Amino acid sequence: MNPILRRRVVRLTIQTILLIVGFAMAFPLFWLVSTSLRPGPELLETPPSLLPHQWTLASYFKAFAEAPFAGWFVNSVVFATVSTAFILVTSLIAGYILAKFRFPGNNVIFMMVLATAIVPFEIYMLPLFLEVQALSLVDTLPGLVLPYLILSTGIFFIRQNVIASVPDELLDAARIDGMSETGIMVRLVPRLLGPALSALAIFAYLQSWTAFIWPLLILNTEGLFPMQLGLAQFNSNHTVNYGMLSAGAVVSLAPTVIAFLLLRRRIIEGVTLTGMK
Amino acid sequence: MFVFAYGFLAPIVALFTFLRIIPIIYTFVLGLFNWPLVGTTHTFVGLSNFTTLLGDANFQSAIINTTVFAFATTVLSIVIGFVVAALLARGAGRIGTLIEVLFFLPVVTPLVPATLGWRLILDYQNGMLNAVLGLLGIPKLAWTADPTLAMVSVILISVWAQVGFNMIIFLVGIRSVPAMYYEAAAVDGAGSWNQFRWITVPLVAPILLFVTVITTIQSYNIFTQVYVLASDVQGAPGHLVRVLVYDIFQNAFRYFNLGYASAEAAYLFLIVIVLTVVQFRFLSRPID
Repeated sequence: MNPILRRRVVRLTIQTILLIVGFAMAFPLFWLVSTSLRPGPELLETPPSLLPHQWTLASYFKAFAEAPFAGWFVNSVVFATVSTAFILVTSLIAGYILAKFRFPGNNVIFMMVLATAIVPFEIYMLPLFLEVQALSLVDTLPGLVLPYLILSTGIFFIRQNVIASVPDELLDAARIDGMSETGIMVRLVPRLLGPALSALAIFAYLQSWTAFIWPLLILNTEGLFPMQLGLAQFNSNHTVNYGMLSAGAVVSLAPTVIAFLLLRRRIIEGVTLTGMK
Repeated sequence: MFVFAYGFLAPIVALFTFLRIIPIIYTFVLGLFNWPLVGTTHTFVGLSNFTTLLGDANFQSAIINTTVFAFATTVLSIVIGFVVAALLARGAGRIGTLIEVLFFLPVVTPLVPATLGWRLILDYQNGMLNAVLGLLGIPKLAWTADPTLAMVSVILISVWAQVGFNMIIFLVGIRSVPAMYYEAAAVDGAGSWNQFRWITVPLVAPILLFVTVITTIQSYNIFTQVYVLASDVQGAPGHLVRVLVYDIFQNAFRYFNLGYASAEAAYLFLIVIVLTVVQFRFLSRPID
């Protein structure tokens, strides 16, 4: 076989294999959607067909009637929004100050941020639980969101970005123009950090949307559950119905998956935030 | 200037200390106490939680399971992620973008619904996996009920969830290798494999170290997949793959023994630190 043809064949083979594996990667999600749209009798078919013979939203209606999915969804939105807002503000302020101001303690604070960034949440969740208990915030939304108000990685990430893309000359020019230090920090700096801040926002939102073990520890009241915890409880209470389970699962994964399909590059940047710098 | 810096930084540092520094230190302190979840009697017991744990059968099996799981998940998700990234980096065009998206989908999928999806596929009676294996003449397997297969299933789900993240990081790293290195190597007559072995691998080594550390730490903290998979359908509980965080969770919130659970968390912390240090030592040596 001539070399050019051989290379084409190799290339095509590799692409085909990757594509097959790629579709296998998406299969669990496809399967949830497909299962959620089947009428009852089709759920017990062996072997199951890839697509429903008859399409129906019945499982969704049943799931929403059986459990407060809408409320759980709202709780997740509130949880993720509050957490993201706080993480953006605290990371911006701390990251900017640590990057641009020399003062006693600067390095100590920065080293602390860096050192805690790699400690997994699961390791210190029990003392955190005791703190929340001491504040009488167990089984409340404030207790749920409390550990998610700051993000070590976020502070670090913004600090690096300020060093890379906020020149001292610009800050000095703004000072000469009479802009206050606070004004510079809250109005000028964020404008220079657009992509970094949006990546951080995505990371933060996704982090709280997918959080599971902390909500499990801190919440008892079903009405306060965020989506993931609600779904897990629904799973242990309604183990008989695959249709309803899939419908609930689709609802809980749809926001992040749809956001990813729409804003691919941005989301990848956000998710891999910790790996980029 | 100082007033501005300290003024704005103070509340954040206070919050940071309260939510991160104190809890991390307190994990070790709590481990020295007999500290019931409810009630106010906290007795100092020295290192007895730590020594009792070493003889605790649940803790022992949790350490073994977690280590097997973390090792398999880390190795598989890194090898597959790296190979896919290396293949995609050679320019796969539109199909390459599609493959990237397909591999990254699991990364943005929350673990609870993802594990539910997998449970449908792994189901003994109606699952797609057994149906496909049946076509190949392989008898039905109890993916979530057999102890060994349950471990295989948890690894499968976790590799699936992790591999896209690793792949993307590698892809960024490989794409940042200057093309002239490859051109020079090609002029010198190096084939694809030699270019991969002598240019790509050494230049991406720091990223390899980073991804290995991150994946190992994450894998040691596995919880959600096990928790969701353990509550199996139709009243038949799946086989529990007891892992460290699950054991910590049980000791704290089922047996109400926070001190004991914290000592266990402290052990987990030490394992993670030791592994990170070892990986830095071992993997940051330049690959000849």
